[in-house]
Amino acid sequence: MPEFDVVDLPETDHVDVGDTAPDFTRPLVNAEYWEDVSLSELTDDGPVLLVFYTMDGAFPATYMWNEIRDRSWGEKLTVVGLSISSAYEHKTLIEERGMEYSLFSDPQNGVAADYGVENDLDGMAGVSEARPAVFLLDGDRTVEYAWVASEWPDFPDYDEVEAAIDDLV
Amino acid sequence: MSDEPAITLYRLQACPYCERVVRKLHEYDLDYRSRFVEPMHSQRNVVKRISGKRTAPAIVDENTGLTMSESANIVEYLEKTYGEAATDGGVDVGDDREDADNGGAA
Repeated sequence: MPEFDVVDLPETDHVDVGDTAPDFTRPLVNAEYWEDVSLSELTDDGPVLLVFYTMDGAFPATYMWNEIRDRSWGEKLTVVGLSISSAYEHKTLIEERGMEYSLFSDPQNGVAADYGVENDLDGMAGVSEARPAVFLLDGDRTVEYAWVASEWPDFPDYDEVEAAIDDLV
Repeated sequence: MSDEPAITLYRLQACPYCERVVRKLHEYDLDYRSRFVEPMHSQRNVVKRISGKRTAPAIVDENTGLTMSESANIVEYLEKTYGEAATDGGVDVGDDREDADNGGAA
C-alpha cells in the first residue's frame, strides 16, 4: 500500500442492496459484433453481475477484467461490463483480455448517472466516466450485492463478490 | 427476448451500402435489429458464418428463412417481399457483384 492517503471519492447516493436496478438499453459488444440490448433482457435469463469500470485502456480496466476472467464467474451467471469506451475499444479489450464477457458501451455516461456512480475526471475536461462498481442482480433486477468505489483508485473485494454470487446462484 | 425482430441487418457504421438497405427497411416500416461489425474484413467472422461472405451489408430474414448479401440484391428482395408489388414471396435474386467494403469506394 502507498505511504500516503489515497484520494477519497465523494459520498454518493448510489443504487444499493434491495433496490431495483434501473433498466437501460445500450450497445452490447461481444467478440464479433454489437447490438442494442437491454439489461432486463439479460436478467430475464437469470442473475447478472453488472460491472462498471474505468475507460478501456486505464490500468484498473485491465486488472479488473483479468481477475474476473480468471475467476470464471461466467460459468455461474451472466457477467457484463460497462464503460464509456466505444464499441471498437470494447472489441479490442475483449480480444486482448481473451475473455468471454460482453461489454456495454455508454460514451455519454448516462447509465452511471442513473446508478449514482459517476466520476468526473480531473484533468480530462468534459469527461465523466463510471467509478468502479459491482452490482449483483437477480432475475427481477433486484440488487443482491453492491460495491461502489469510495477511493480513487479502488477495486472490488473479489472474494466477497464471489461469495455473494455463490449465495445467489 | 420475446418480441425479437424477424430481420437482422449486419452493417458497418457509415457504410453507404448499408444505409441504402436501412432506407428501404424504413420505407416499408419493417422492424429490424442492427448488428454492427468491424471495418476490417478479417474481423467479420460472424458475417462469413451466416452468409458465406465477409461483405456487409448482409441480412437475415426469419420471416422467409433467407440470408443474403449485397445491397442491390437485398433492396430488390425487400421490394419484392414487402413492397407494394409484393406477390406471394417469389424472389428473383439478381447477380450484382458489388462489394460494400469500408464504404469508401462508393
